[in-house]
Amino acid sequence: MDMLRVENLEVVYNEVVLVLKGLSLTAAAGQITALLGANGAGKSTTLKAISGLLAGENGKITEGAVLLEDRPVHGLPPDKIVRSGIFQVMEGRRVFEDLTVEENLRCGAFTRPRAELVPSLERVYDYFPRLAERRKQLAGFMSGGEQQMLAIGRAMMARPKLLLLDEPSLGLAPLLVEDIFTIIKRLNANEGVTILLVEQNARAALNIASHGYIMENGRIVLEGEAQAMLQNPDVQEFYLGMSHGGEKKRYRDVKHYRRRKRWLG
Amino acid sequence: MEYYLQLVINGLVVGSIYALVALGFVVIYKATKVVNFAQGELVMVGAYACFSLTVEMQLPFLLSFLMTLGFSVVLGLAIERLVLRPMIGEPIISVVMVTIGLSSILKSLVQMFWGTQIQVYPQVLPQEPYFVMGVPVAPVYIAAFVLSALLFAIFSVFFKYSRLGVAMRATALDQCAAASMGIGIKSIFALSWCIAAVVSSVGGVILGNINGINAQLGHLGLKVFPAVILGGLDSLLGAALGGIVIGVLENVCDGAAKQLLGLGGFKEVAAFIVLVIILMVKPYGFFGTKQIERV
Repeated sequence: MDMLRVENLEVVYNEVVLVLKGLSLTAAAGQITALLGANGAGKSTTLKAISGLLAGENGKITEGAVLLEDRPVHGLPPDKIVRSGIFQVMEGRRVFEDLTVEENLRCGAFTRPRAELVPSLERVYDYFPRLAERRKQLAGFMSGGEQQMLAIGRAMMARPKLLLLDEPSLGLAPLLVEDIFTIIKRLNANEGVTILLVEQNARAALNIASHGYIMENGRIVLEGEAQAMLQNPDVQEFYLGMSHGGEKKRYRDVKHYRRRKRWLG
Repeated sequence: MEYYLQLVINGLVVGSIYALVALGFVVIYKATKVVNFAQGELVMVGAYACFSLTVEMQLPFLLSFLMTLGFSVVLGLAIERLVLRPMIGEPIISVVMVTIGLSSILKSLVQMFWGTQIQVYPQVLPQEPYFVMGVPVAPVYIAAFVLSALLFAIFSVFFKYSRLGVAMRATALDQCAAASMGIGIKSIFALSWCIAAVVSSVGGVILGNINGINAQLGHLGLKVFPAVILGGLDSLLGAALGGIVIGVLENVCDGAAKQLLGLGGFKEVAAFIVLVIILMVKPYGFFGTKQIERV
């Protein structure tokens, strides 16, 4: 069953710049779906189109549909979309720096009934004991890893059906990246929340995802089972940085854009 | 000595009114980053609304006070909806210009309906002065101070503990992230204008009870600038403290200038001299937000 279906989505910024050119993807319920691609491919735009945060950046969905459990959500204001069960963890964490950890978490629960607040807080503190230690501390003084935990914890407070994660590994040390991905995996396994994960770190993302998409230039150029994608020679070369056969590459081969061109069609 | 004590007490009362108006100013600035030049006019409109209800319609004061609060809520909503919302997404300087226009419009409307003469509120509190440390103080002064303190306490609790208050602070820090929490940004903006209109009109009603009102009441908005800048523009506590300090300073300076130098009218400039000094020494004010920088 598909939790999310994005159909033929077109997004225009400032009424001129066409960023998404007919993008379609699905996220299966209870699974992790990875959305990969180079900088500027339109990954973040895709997430913002789903969560309704485009308007703040002068972006607009001009065509296509976003369906959550077969109900259209595109064109709704962001608060309605959050209430319908989609929650985006924005790129760069975006914690409220001058609020305490607990106040940040309470903001996440803004759309939920009051009675849920305490159990939700306990659940988050259970996942992230570090946040419990620092509940009274200002979020701005925490380390990058702790802020990322807070950003994910804040999302859990909203109890979403579909969690959109935009580059959770951004600016984190490799060891922390591992931690964060373990947590994402656990969250998906224990809570059954559907996750759409946007990442630069293709290997880490495909390792925990069941399905993957690769975007270029506002379109999906490749999709498949995550494990199959990890084996795909193109993916290995362009996104996992592996060269084949171990022989030294000549400069001509490194200029892989000819092969990339084929994908852009 | 008693002369100065009297000045300090007057300053505290005037300062508490500045603090109230500054509170409205800070709430709008925090939530929307708009410097509201029409804050003083909100005070004036509130004062005239209450005046109309009590004097012209002969309603009991308490009732007309409550109705004024209701009217201010509607006024705040209307201003946000009609004037500010169409400006969302425009450069902040344009929005600030719009508030200057708004202040002219409000002022003209008041003059159109009520004229420019000083109007006097009926006395609602007894005239018998209380004695504070041997200095006679009119009950209306005490009521003004207590009411301001009470409102401040209410709003402090609101911003610290209530869900909506925390959401307002979050919106002030990062609008986009707040929107991603499902916080309705537009309703937060509307709410902040409501709060600003309500506290300002309370300030206006108190002033009306003390001094009477005229169409120049809006100039109070200018006096609030030194107060909020002293407090740090985006801090509630700063607004309270800044208001009180400015109120006391201008009264004491004025009194001292009169007594020692024989100069009058020092009251009007004292606050701005303080303002210049603060900006040189402590540009963030007492409690202004300094950017958190992690290294």
